[in-house]
Amino acid sequence: MFAYLVRRILSFIPTLLGVSLLVFVAIRLVPGDAITATLGTEAGMLTDVQRQALERYYGLDKPGWQQYFVWLGEALKGNLGFSIRHGKAVISLILERFPLTLELALFAMVIALVIGIPIGLLSAIKQNSIFDILGRFIALAGLAMPNFLVGTLIIFALSVYFRILPNAGDYTDFATNPLKNLQQLFFPAFTLGFAFSASVMRMTRSSMLEVLNEDYVRTARSKGLANRRIINKHALRNALIPVITLIGVEMGYLLGGAFIVEQIFALPGLGRLTINAVSQREYALVQGASLFIALNIVVVNLLVDLLYATLDPRISYDDSN
Amino acid sequence: MTTATNVRKKPAAWQRLLRNPSGFIGLIIIAVFVVVALLAAFGISPYPPAEQHVRDRLTGPSSSYLLGTDLFGRDLASRLMEGARNSLYVALLSVLLASVLGISLGLVAGYLGHWADNLIMRIMDVFFAFPALLLALLVITVLGAGLNNTVLAIGIVYTPIFARVARGPVLAVKEMEFVQAGRSLGANPLRLILKHILPNILAPLLVQISLALSWSLLTEAGLSFLGLGVQPPAASWGVMLSESRGIAERAPWLMFFPGAAIALGVLGFNLLGDGLRDVLDPKARGR
Repeated sequence: MFAYLVRRILSFIPTLLGVSLLVFVAIRLVPGDAITATLGTEAGMLTDVQRQALERYYGLDKPGWQQYFVWLGEALKGNLGFSIRHGKAVISLILERFPLTLELALFAMVIALVIGIPIGLLSAIKQNSIFDILGRFIALAGLAMPNFLVGTLIIFALSVYFRILPNAGDYTDFATNPLKNLQQLFFPAFTLGFAFSASVMRMTRSSMLEVLNEDYVRTARSKGLANRRIINKHALRNALIPVITLIGVEMGYLLGGAFIVEQIFALPGLGRLTINAVSQREYALVQGASLFIALNIVVVNLLVDLLYATLDPRISYDDSN
Repeated sequence: MTTATNVRKKPAAWQRLLRNPSGFIGLIIIAVFVVVALLAAFGISPYPPAEQHVRDRLTGPSSSYLLGTDLFGRDLASRLMEGARNSLYVALLSVLLASVLGISLGLVAGYLGHWADNLIMRIMDVFFAFPALLLALLVITVLGAGLNNTVLAIGIVYTPIFARVARGPVLAVKEMEFVQAGRSLGANPLRLILKHILPNILAPLLVQISLALSWSLLTEAGLSFLGLGVQPPAASWGVMLSESRGIAERAPWLMFFPGAAIALGVLGFNLLGDGLRDVLDPKARGR
């Protein structure tokens, strides 16, 4: 297991380096020079002497590859630049806003699993019944309705029919008031989780159908085991393994989706910060947030890989496999 | 007695697609979508999409304005038609870009194997580390917002998926006897890839193209909704949905019609993808 762990972690290092290189190069491709990219419109106010001093300070007088390593070294130390507009270091802003985005993504995942798994399982067990048809219809609706549409409809319904304004702009964090925080995040999390619940439902259904047709389930049936026992003891665990992979794959989707949902519900998370940074051309912030999210996704993928290997007995850690 | 005339010929793939409920409904929705987009492209709409009828601002659906008007008195039906044209333009071009780039990379990686495979797929892994929307935002940051930049951004975002989907089957097909025979006869690798390998891996790629069209439609609408895709006054379903916020209470049609258009468009391509998968991948049928 240890050797497997080390091998997997080592295989992620090139990806991490690639992510950093991509983010670095992308921002260098922005029209204009890197000082403008870092300072945005404020760069227009610099004198030539100030500009040269800044170029020396940021190592911009060095060749491109050296600049990358200087930037990477600083990034590894947690220095992702400075946001002039917010008057704060980029890393402080990210760490301030990320907990909300993460909480939203996790809350959405819980909602998606709570909706998706039971419906998916029942759809498979009662294949082609009215329940199955209804479940498949909900799944289809979930896939066809993007989160910005679901969010807009929810806000409309809440404000018109219930006179509730879920985006009143008075966000309370979990540590201050957990109940209020969960109340405030419920509708945004439902918005984000709805489409994901459709994926979970479809995956659970198809995986359960596959498992129910396996030889060992047929054998259990022929031995006269009760259906409930076959499902609970044998089929369920194996049917849920692909769902775990889906969670890993979709964590990126949830974090990305949280960007739009934060914008719709006016939540002060990392997504809203990044989208505003793109609109306001705050390049250092876009660069820092992109790097941060991508690194998180790489780490989540690694963790899911390991969890998957732990749950699926067919995966071996042995070098020979 | 079995004679040649008794043997039933297996229907062609397109015939099976038409008999598949998902595929058939998907095709109908997309056909309507394409016709509406083409009408808009040829300037055939009830009113010019940007024409303002200030006296008729926020009018509900009526005989004069089939789907009502918006805050500036523009005809919603005409704008929805222009939105269909822009959405289809972005979806088709971005998926064309992503599929040509991605499939080429997947073919080269799978066929050459070894270091080329490793290098290409590791680069694709880097792109996979970004959520689609974030990667699109990063590209938009570099290129700026706008219709054609949205095409580029979405094209880049979905390239790695095509590379991955193409590579897998290439690994299997290149070991088949007809490819090995071609190799041993000294056939040109490019000819082998394009003439012999590509046609044999088309089935999963066609399914992927259909699904990618629905994702592309969603991503374009999402970017436009955020104000980073198609720029007003040009119409996009995402822009229209975004513009409806705040006034939907007074004019709910401004929200419902663009919302329904997005959902139907995505549904159409998804159903077509499901239908194609049923027809072309017998193992997945019935799930």
